[in-house]
Amino acid sequence: MPGIEAASRPARRRRRLRQTRVIVLRRLGLGVPVAVGVSLLVFLLASISPFDPLAAYLGDRFAQTSAEQREVLSESLGLGTSWIQAWWHWVTSALSGDLGYSRVFRQPVASVISERLPWTLLVAGTGLLLAAVGSLLLAARCARRPGGLLDRITAAAATLLQGLPPFVISLGLLMVFALGLGLLPGGGLSDPGTEPTAGQVLRHMILPVTATALSQLPWLALSLRASTREALASDAVRGALLRGLSERTVVRRHVMPAALAPFIAVLGTRLPEVIVGAVLVETVFSWPGLAAAVVSSAQALDFALLAALTVLTTAAVLAGSLVADLLYVWIDPRVSADV
Amino acid sequence: MSSTVEAADLRLTGPAVRRRGLRAAGTILGVAVLVLIASYAVFVPMLAGTDEKLTDFSSARLPPSAAHPFGTDHAGRDLFIRLASGLRVSLLIAVLCALASMGLGMLIGAVSAALGGRTDRIVMRVVDGINAVPHLLLGVVIVAMFRGSVTAIIASIALTHWTQVARIVRAEVLSLRSREYVEAAYLLGSTRREVLRRHFLPGTLAQGVVATVMLLPHAIWHESTLSFLGLGLSPDQASLGTLLKEAQSEVMLGGWWALVFPALLLLVTTLAVAACGKGLLSRTEGRQ
Repeated sequence: MPGIEAASRPARRRRRLRQTRVIVLRRLGLGVPVAVGVSLLVFLLASISPFDPLAAYLGDRFAQTSAEQREVLSESLGLGTSWIQAWWHWVTSALSGDLGYSRVFRQPVASVISERLPWTLLVAGTGLLLAAVGSLLLAARCARRPGGLLDRITAAAATLLQGLPPFVISLGLLMVFALGLGLLPGGGLSDPGTEPTAGQVLRHMILPVTATALSQLPWLALSLRASTREALASDAVRGALLRGLSERTVVRRHVMPAALAPFIAVLGTRLPEVIVGAVLVETVFSWPGLAAAVVSSAQALDFALLAALTVLTTAAVLAGSLVADLLYVWIDPRVSADV
Repeated sequence: MSSTVEAADLRLTGPAVRRRGLRAAGTILGVAVLVLIASYAVFVPMLAGTDEKLTDFSSARLPPSAAHPFGTDHAGRDLFIRLASGLRVSLLIAVLCALASMGLGMLIGAVSAALGGRTDRIVMRVVDGINAVPHLLLGVVIVAMFRGSVTAIIASIALTHWTQVARIVRAEVLSLRSREYVEAAYLLGSTRREVLRRHFLPGTLAQGVVATVMLLPHAIWHESTLSFLGLGLSPDQASLGTLLKEAQSEVMLGGWWALVFPALLLLVTTLAVAACGKGLLSRTEGRQ
């Protein structure tokens, strides 16, 4: 097994570069076919579904258009073609920067995305960060007394929270803090009729961020708890304790670093769930993000937007797992990319 | 077989026995709660006498009382009865979804492992690919195109969740493939199809069932989430999802009971099913 012997620094750097290349290539090898497959699937489904793209395109105006007008329009939109041709048309125009026009938001898909993506990143990112930091702190405390009161309460509470879907958590927070206690605003970016200033947005994002964090926290905390337990049982930790190092130091220097790499991997696998959570949280709190746009585009069958968002989300998840993979290899020198 | 189990039992000491006892208690509790929930869902709408869809606007939005243990909704419908029939629909859909996933997953997993080689590699790539996409998103796309169709809801779950069953069954078949009785079957002239039907599928049934039970909470979530987003069942069809969707507007008017009871039931159901699944899992693992 190469790389087991203490390698010199340049050798290590070379190995790391090689591993990075292997991982990126492997992820691309999976990611490109998956993104293509998902977009193909969307077009295939649209072609076999009972929904009429022309009716969807015209919306309320459908009844007012004559048969000849519809004919002309469907010609110009390229609707008469087979689904695979429609897909090819979509791919080529998407690659040249034209994602089509969103009927629901009455603007080009590209500008819907650029307007709404930052709000989604703000809430989902902050929520995930809070969940990650919270579970790290919690697991570090629990690791000092495994089987203790805090440890058991954490495990029980996390299992309970795992049983609640993100939209129920959001509704619960909304009920208690916005409607019951009236402490925090329950929806939107800012109070009605006011400009979304930084202070306003900050106050309005507290509940959505909390809901996101609470729906991810139990999964992260439980997996961290399992990996810290494993690390606690390792020889390195026993040795450190026997050397007389303080519990605090052992947890900080030996237990947490060993538990960190699997934690990063779990973070990567949670990404799809974070996106699903964002969809639900944004819907409940009428947050004007991109995830909520998935729902409105699906409800109104806004095909151009739905197709773009589906592929974009898939790409985001794949990119996220690439980053998680890379971090995993960079953080833990024991992991080899060849596994 | 039984003597080795006894020998293993003898080796268990104090804390291990207690842990095992606790786990068994958890499973029993899970089963008991599940039976209770299922009988609530099955019998309450049957025995209630009044129609759950009966509207009575004079008794709209009543808080929980002796006459209406879970309160009433905006149309005066009794939520205790309505929740029971909603739960019935949600459980039924979840079970159908899980069975469909199990069928797909077991077949694809077993065939993939039995054939091996390039087929197996391609199937596993497809599994990786499906797992890389957020399941709910695929579900939303499928359900949006076939609005209001229960088949579409079931298909949207089955098509995204079979991979979990397939993975487990495939691993099991890979280990069965080198067993003596399977080799003997081949030597005696059995075709691959016969071995698949007579040995691989029955041999992996236990693992398949466990994986399917573990899928049930996902299926319950998936349906309720789609219905909550207004993409699943039609709003007048009670289910956990549609009731929680109604709860969103009820809560704005102070009707906490419209949210609390469906949410609690959803929580207890998923936890009970998960406990049963864990119990089954530890049993099948213990047997090997």
